[in-house]
Amino acid sequence: MEFQFAGLADFLAMNGHGPYVWIAYGVTLLALAGLVIQPVLRRRRLQAALKRQQRIQQRRRSAEKRKRVAEPA
Amino acid sequence: MAWQWFHRLGSPRWFYWKTGAWLPWLAIASGLLLSAGSLWGLGFAPQDAKQGDSYRIIYIHVPAAFLALAGYYIMAISGAIGLIWKMKLSYLVMRAAALIGAVLTFISLFTGAVWGKPTWGTYWVWDARITSMLILLFLYIGVIALSRAFAREQVADKACAILALVGTVNIPIIYKSVDWWFTLHQPATIKLTESSSIDPSMFYPLLTMIIGFYCFYAWALLLHTRNLVLQREWRTNWAQQALADRTPAADR
Repeated sequence: MEFQFAGLADFLAMNGHGPYVWIAYGVTLLALAGLVIQPVLRRRRLQAALKRQQRIQQRRRSAEKRKRVAEPA
Repeated sequence: MAWQWFHRLGSPRWFYWKTGAWLPWLAIASGLLLSAGSLWGLGFAPQDAKQGDSYRIIYIHVPAAFLALAGYYIMAISGAIGLIWKMKLSYLVMRAAALIGAVLTFISLFTGAVWGKPTWGTYWVWDARITSMLILLFLYIGVIALSRAFAREQVADKACAILALVGTVNIPIIYKSVDWWFTLHQPATIKLTESSSIDPSMFYPLLTMIIGFYCFYAWALLLHTRNLVLQREWRTNWAQQALADRTPAADR
């Protein structure tokens, strides 16, 4: 097994088929990377939504407490 | 006792913590195999006598098409498991498989079109193999669209599972299309029942890429399914702890 091309320029040219080969590999790389990055972004959005929800609940709870203190039954 | 693992697997919580440990290994395996296979296929495998260097696209085209088809089985079978055993988790696997399958089918169609130009002189022909792969893409997109079309997720799950099962009709057609209607697409290179029509010097890098794509598929499927689990269970205590990157003692 040996390297099939004379040098880097030769490797990139692929004997005239370079553009086809590299576009195919490039688009594949982008698509696969997208499949891995999407879940990471989705998880961040979920975390942010959860934090927002928890802040709202916290505020509601402390508001109720203040109300109970202000007007004793 | 023998079926305990099956019921456990149906528990989103158990699934989430169990699969977390597999992710780094799958990531490393797919990264190594895909980069080694690409380098091998692009630089070290010999040139094809008829097609020149454009044939090097085979090292992504064939594995992507392999997984696009295998992924359809995974989607349809998880849909069936959901319908039969009412297993929530398997519907989530089905939803994850639909997105990944659509991307892989797109990759195989796109790389095929780019490969077709220098080899056949055209990007696209309405050949039986290509047309049936396009139908596969539409089936995947159909399942994704259907999964978002209902307000109640349980209804969407069932509708998607039925569409996925009906669509399996297309899979044997894709496999056999190169033999039944032989027009332009070349017949299968790797055969299970007889010897393959490919030289070992080209076959080993291709095999490396196929195994790499399988690892990548498993990795992506777990990533997406785990997210869908958290999204659906996010009101529960364990899911909120998972989102905060805390492992409860019971799950460690």
